[in-house]
Amino acid sequence: MSIEIPKDKWPGAVKTVTLGATSEQGGTRTKAVTIGGEQTLPFMHFENETPHRPAIALEITASRPGEWSQVLQDAWGDALDDPARWAKAGEEAGVDLILLMFGLNDAEGNPVTPDFAVSTVKSVLEATGLPLLVLGPGQAEIDNAIAVPVADATKGERLAIGLCEDGNYRTIVAAAMANDHLVVGRTPMDVNLAKQLNILITDMGLPLDRIIMDPTTGALGYGIEYGYSVMERLRLAALQGDAMTQLPLLVNPGFEAWKTKESKVGEGVPDTWGDWAERGVHWETLTAVSLIEAGADIVVLRHPESLARVRQSIDELMTAEPA
Amino acid sequence: MALSGIQIYKMLPQTNCKECGFPTCLAFSMKLAAKQVELSDCPYVTEESKQQLAESAAPPIRLVTLKAVEREVSVGNEVVLFRHEKKFFNRPGVLLRVRDTEDPQAISEKVQAADAYSVDYVGLDLRLDGFAVEAASDDAATFATAVQTVRKSSGLPLILVTDDPAIMEAGVGALDAEKPLLMGANAANWEAMAALAAQRETALGVSAASLEELAELTEKIKEKGVEDMVLHPSVGSMGASLALQTQIRRLALKNFRPLGFPTIAFAGDCGDPATEATLAAHAICKYAGLVVIDTFSPALVYPILVLRENIFTDPQKPIQVMPAIYEINDPKPDDPVLITTNFSITYFSVANEVEGSGLPAWLVVADAEGMSVLTAWAAGKFDAERIAKAIKDFGVDAKVDKKVIVLPGHVAVLSGELEEELPGWEIKVGPREAVDLPAYMKAVLI
Ligand code: B12
Ligand code: SF4
Repeated sequence: MSIEIPKDKWPGAVKTVTLGATSEQGGTRTKAVTIGGEQTLPFMHFENETPHRPAIALEITASRPGEWSQVLQDAWGDALDDPARWAKAGEEAGVDLILLMFGLNDAEGNPVTPDFAVSTVKSVLEATGLPLLVLGPGQAEIDNAIAVPVADATKGERLAIGLCEDGNYRTIVAAAMANDHLVVGRTPMDVNLAKQLNILITDMGLPLDRIIMDPTTGALGYGIEYGYSVMERLRLAALQGDAMTQLPLLVNPGFEAWKTKESKVGEGVPDTWGDWAERGVHWETLTAVSLIEAGADIVVLRHPESLARVRQSIDELMTAEPA
Repeated sequence: MALSGIQIYKMLPQTNCKECGFPTCLAFSMKLAAKQVELSDCPYVTEESKQQLAESAAPPIRLVTLKAVEREVSVGNEVVLFRHEKKFFNRPGVLLRVRDTEDPQAISEKVQAADAYSVDYVGLDLRLDGFAVEAASDDAATFATAVQTVRKSSGLPLILVTDDPAIMEAGVGALDAEKPLLMGANAANWEAMAALAAQRETALGVSAASLEELAELTEKIKEKGVEDMVLHPSVGSMGASLALQTQIRRLALKNFRPLGFPTIAFAGDCGDPATEATLAAHAICKYAGLVVIDTFSPALVYPILVLRENIFTDPQKPIQVMPAIYEINDPKPDDPVLITTNFSITYFSVANEVEGSGLPAWLVVADAEGMSVLTAWAAGKFDAERIAKAIKDFGVDAKVDKKVIVLPGHVAVLSGELEEELPGWEIKVGPREAVDLPAYMKAVLI
């Protein structure tokens, strides 16, 4: 019996976006990472090649994370006190990107200053050759106070800076434009809101290939299905030719999964939840793998074991041939 | 796929005799397409049309049921590629595999533990669906004994796994009247396997590495009288499997009958629990009807069952609880009133914490149209007015004399307005996350 395999022919494609610049490209990264470029639904290799694999970013924090699960604290140990060491450990663990997250305060508990932001970013750039994403805590004033000096001090590195949100994007976009960086825009789980923000950002003159969108997601058990479906719909819209949805998708399963009780709490939970550390890693890994199936181009993760497992899944998903 | 009114019209007599109660055959066919009338209302349809219409009314992916003593599991009957298009209907069965080469005592203990496993997720009782018993011994008697051991330890549905029809026969022979899945048929053994499945009226698993082979096999097996089949596109990598699972789903939805069956994935075949979990997740997201795992570890089973629940919820209807006042740990009039929304996940995160702490409280669940605290707040469905209304509607005034209300920390901004809405009440702002509620209650409320 011969079967005609139904193949989708899409008019649109996701934009190709490159993070990081090597010395030939005007930066100092040892390698650049390119994502996006899909012309099919995720991993439909029989329709067209998937030009770039989804990238894994390790989330590190500018000052020691206070409320992280003990499981994560045990996994990274003292590296948590030193973003540079932490980033280096991530690079050795095989991640593609480093995402440096600023909170409201520095290590001493004082409000984050531009100097602290710049020196932290520089120390991380020195410690690793990977491309870097730098995000503020999601509060307009502080985000801007971090993004502007960091963007100026790292001109040409092709960092991705953020957070751009509908209420606060101008300053960050301008800083990225002036210094050859990219931006990350975040909207709360809605196709139209995501499009609107991209329109606002591109209206300022930033080309589409310098925007990464974070459609927001939920953890396994805490709303993942909403994020999953919004991503599927965004990817379908992109392939159908809607330009303002044709951007690579970044999601943070690490943040979402490690905030759940399942990952955070080891005592006083039902026996049916099983071993704490293993459960936490599964929680993060399954959240990430499901979102990769839904079209994620960058997943941000936290636990070293999750990095390895998700990486292996990506290897497999990128393989078209039977093993 | 269901036929349109026009397509049905072409199969009707087109005489407009009105005996069906409609003025024209076309009017009748429209009603039929909308499933509002029965075909039998028209006395004049030909046998041929009847058959064609019956076939087209069959779901694109056959519903296959494994029946056992205590329970059954039904899979298939899906109608879309993406859950947002409508919804996914039948949760894939998740079954645990044991091999007949394992020590009988060990089998029995593992099966009993897995059978008893039940975990609460937002008030739902999540469980495994059954067991796959594999004839790794290649010996009929050993296999039959293992099947019996499993059956003695659990009443859940079974999949019997062997390529050898004689061994399969011994395995099914060990079971009374029930309908396991026989796993299964391949290009070499299909005739004997089909005969066995037909005789026992059970579902038959069909393995092949290509779609062509699979389709040829199901056609031949169908001719032998087996209607219920489960497809096993047997490939190794996740990428290759995603391609085949997607192609099968697409073809089935286009009404390509030879592949119009649910599929099965053996996540445990990789031989390593870490990869097994990701393979199971992949199978749940992308189209497997049955997922077989090898590792029974709660830390792995719990997230897999939750993922299945999430992907298979109805996207149009968030899982909700009834807005009401819930009494936790037998509260008295001087115990505090906690406020939350009627999104299931929200309600249970809070209720479980309070219950676990042993501290009594009145939990008032406002009608926030099934949304989480912040979502509802952002959508204007969880404001001071709605909260005050809930307090009044549920007669909270009459139940408590110490008038203290605790708001979720995420909506601290509501406290001022709420004070205005509810004069005489003290409004406190609780922690942001429910995990921190017990400590807060101990420190602040007692
Ligand atoms: C899933 C989700 C959705 C789903 C809705 C799911 C649902 N049924 O509610 C969808 C996609 C529909 C959605 C829509 C919107 N969303 Co929404 N959504 C989320 C998301 C990702 C998760 C929410 C969730 O389920 N959390 C889990 C539950 C359990 O949390 P919870 O209810 O807060 O309960 C916890 C605590 O509050 C506490 N708690 C609860 N009750 C109580 C009671 C007491 C006494 C105490 C002490 C504690 C306590 O315990 C719980 C566990 O710790 C969040 C972002 C995020 N990752 O958190 C955004 C988020 C809530 N959404 C947001 C927004 C803006 C929206 C929209 C307005 C935008 C839009 N997309 O159009 C719409 C509004 C809805 C509408 N108009 O229809 C914003 C809200 C921003 C803000 N601060 O105002 C968020 C925070 C995203 C963001 N960062 O911007 N959303
Ligand atoms: S009874 Fe049958 S033939 Fe007569 S009008 Fe109705 S559909 Fe047409």
